[in-house]
Amino acid sequence: MSQHVLSLLVEDKPGILTRVAALFARRGFNIESLAVGTTEVEGLSRITAVVSLDGQPLEQVTKQLNKLINVLKVVELEQDASIARDHMLIKVKTDAATRSQVLEAVTLFRARVVDVVSDSVVIEVTGDSAKCKAFLKVLEPFGIKELVQSGAIAISRGSKSMSEKVLR
Amino acid sequence: MSKEMLTGAQAIIRSLEMLGVDTIFGLPGGAILPTYDPLMDSKKIRHILVRHEQGAGHAAEGYAAASGKLGVCIATSGPGATNLVTPIMDAMMDSVPLLAITGQVNSHAIGTDAFQEADIVGITMPITKHSFLVTDASQIPATMAAAYELATTGRPGPVLVDVAKDAQNKKFEFSWPPKVELPGYKPVTDPHGKQVQAAAEMILASHKPIFYVGGGVIRAEAHAELARLVELVGAPVTTTLMARGAFPDSHPNHLGMPGMHGTVPAVTALQKADLLITLGARFDDRVTGDVKSFAPGAKIIHVDIDPAEIGKIRHADVPIVGDAKVVIAMLTAELEKQLSGKKPDFASWWQFLNGLKERYPLGYVDTDDGKLSPQLVIKRIGELSGPDATYCAGVGQHQMWAAQFIKYERPNSWLNSGGAGTMGYSVPAAMGAKVAEPDRLVWAIDGDGCFQMTNQELATCAINNIPIKVAIINNSSLGMVRQWQTLFYDKRYSNTDLHTGTDTVMIPDFVKLAEAYGCLAIRVEKEDEIDAAIKLAIETNDRPVVIDFIVGRDAMVWPMVPAGVSNDAVQYARDAAPIWDGEE
Repeated sequence: MSQHVLSLLVEDKPGILTRVAALFARRGFNIESLAVGTTEVEGLSRITAVVSLDGQPLEQVTKQLNKLINVLKVVELEQDASIARDHMLIKVKTDAATRSQVLEAVTLFRARVVDVVSDSVVIEVTGDSAKCKAFLKVLEPFGIKELVQSGAIAISRGSKSMSEKVLR
Repeated sequence: MSKEMLTGAQAIIRSLEMLGVDTIFGLPGGAILPTYDPLMDSKKIRHILVRHEQGAGHAAEGYAAASGKLGVCIATSGPGATNLVTPIMDAMMDSVPLLAITGQVNSHAIGTDAFQEADIVGITMPITKHSFLVTDASQIPATMAAAYELATTGRPGPVLVDVAKDAQNKKFEFSWPPKVELPGYKPVTDPHGKQVQAAAEMILASHKPIFYVGGGVIRAEAHAELARLVELVGAPVTTTLMARGAFPDSHPNHLGMPGMHGTVPAVTALQKADLLITLGARFDDRVTGDVKSFAPGAKIIHVDIDPAEIGKIRHADVPIVGDAKVVIAMLTAELEKQLSGKKPDFASWWQFLNGLKERYPLGYVDTDDGKLSPQLVIKRIGELSGPDATYCAGVGQHQMWAAQFIKYERPNSWLNSGGAGTMGYSVPAAMGAKVAEPDRLVWAIDGDGCFQMTNQELATCAINNIPIKVAIINNSSLGMVRQWQTLFYDKRYSNTDLHTGTDTVMIPDFVKLAEAYGCLAIRVEKEDEIDAAIKLAIETNDRPVVIDFIVGRDAMVWPMVPAGVSNDAVQYARDAAPIWDGEE
């Protein structure tokens, strides 16, 4: 099983997220994460879905997604031709003794502290999933009290946009 | 462009009229009441009041399947809408162009668990080609037009339009035609020329090709093109359950139906072929049996209008996305060019196949309980009614026998629930087919189990002068389930006895039931009564006819490939596997 990043350009219609999510569920496709948001074009949304599959099922996923009437385009974003980012908010236990070590890790990973109280900090980090995982591993010994993360969002490298390919 | 002030309800009816809809099957209720008012005044639309919304859905399917036009059904919110779920799912599985219109509670009440509120758009999402919720009256014309386009083009299918009651009541400026915007919907009808060329080359390089024809050929109205292609190539043809009638049964190249209850020649030809020319078929598990051992030596040309069908079950060596009618015509032209007057030679392949046809014709043995042979009854219905009649079936043994023993010569003459396997399809579907083509003889060949699921529509038929003929193949049991219990559950008949036979309590007595519904009712128990009853049914057109054929319950459907095993294990009759000889 390998992970693939699928990018969907969809009409911003009620129920579109349900249609996409339910399609994955009923056809037995594994979904790792899903992120949805508006785009540069009014009325269009972008869904980034990370799926775990291989070969033929990926083609089948793409074809089935394309059959959804509100889906305009589905592309797979290959790792070397795209940028994918996860976003995390992490609440970590700290005290006078450990705070400086935690802050050092924050600096090393180019993360940011966004809230501080006497016994914990909230850290914001952005990066590809490998970086986020590595960062978590470093923080783990201090005690992660709470973790919230977005699904990956991804964009292709180069000057072309997904919407201009669809709307031209 | 016409412009006038209409209510949403009037706009629904006007839109349907503008789209050419002439018949609707439905049943009113609170949330759809506004739409039923202008419906009463429509001069162009005939509304047929059913007795259960499931009947409306299947009737619309039967109407669509018989005529090739859009079928329309209408129901109220909540339970009215959920009663349409089975026919909608049935239409999805068999690619039937169906429009389901449902009333929804007032838009401000949506989400409050209001009386008769159901999220029918949510419920039907996985079983519709698309679904719409309309809460703004001005969206009605464009939504209706979009629903029509989606249901009838590309791979046809069911579309649901759910309209809030306040949207039905609100007035707005109606104009036609509306602007339909479906930017994400672009069905490919014209195939890639290079792929067609590759398919032609592959056909001419093959030694043992077979046309594997599915229901897509019927939906695409590509039967005439198919006939020309088969004449040119000279390869054998098999038509799936959904494609019976796509190619004439009387044609010598026709090997019959493939699959679990297919003919030995058809099943075997697919197993031994070196090329499957797949036209509008989808490698359903009832055709392939165990997929890994299906047609093991064959390359695959796969033609389908739905790209997602290609490669879903079986890898296609030459995938062709397109409308079957267009693709088949192009393929024929390409083959003519490549052949330049020559004729492909499949003589040794035919020698093998003809041997199978001779040794393993479709047949049956008489039952030993003195009751009628169901196969004989169905065969006689077909012979006395002829290929111009339309035959609908429920699901089970009678369906398989009707697919096997009636000879189909034209498309849309065989209507059944193939993918969904919906018991109760037959009577309402026959009703819809008869409304679509009133001059045709329309049979519902039904089982005693199926008949008890939807026979309330006999009232609809009797009152609305829709004289269908119903043949109940009454074996007093859920016959196909019983057959599996005989074969695979050591004859332990768990809950398959229905007590409708003449040597039982006969609850219900189908003759009395049919008479109560205003039908001519006949019971047939002896072989020499069969023809007379069928002829009387054919001659009687002032009311529906129900014939209760009392048949033997131990009759089984043969040939059979047990579920999940290789098609190589096809059994001609019980414990009788065909014998292969020769080098094929």
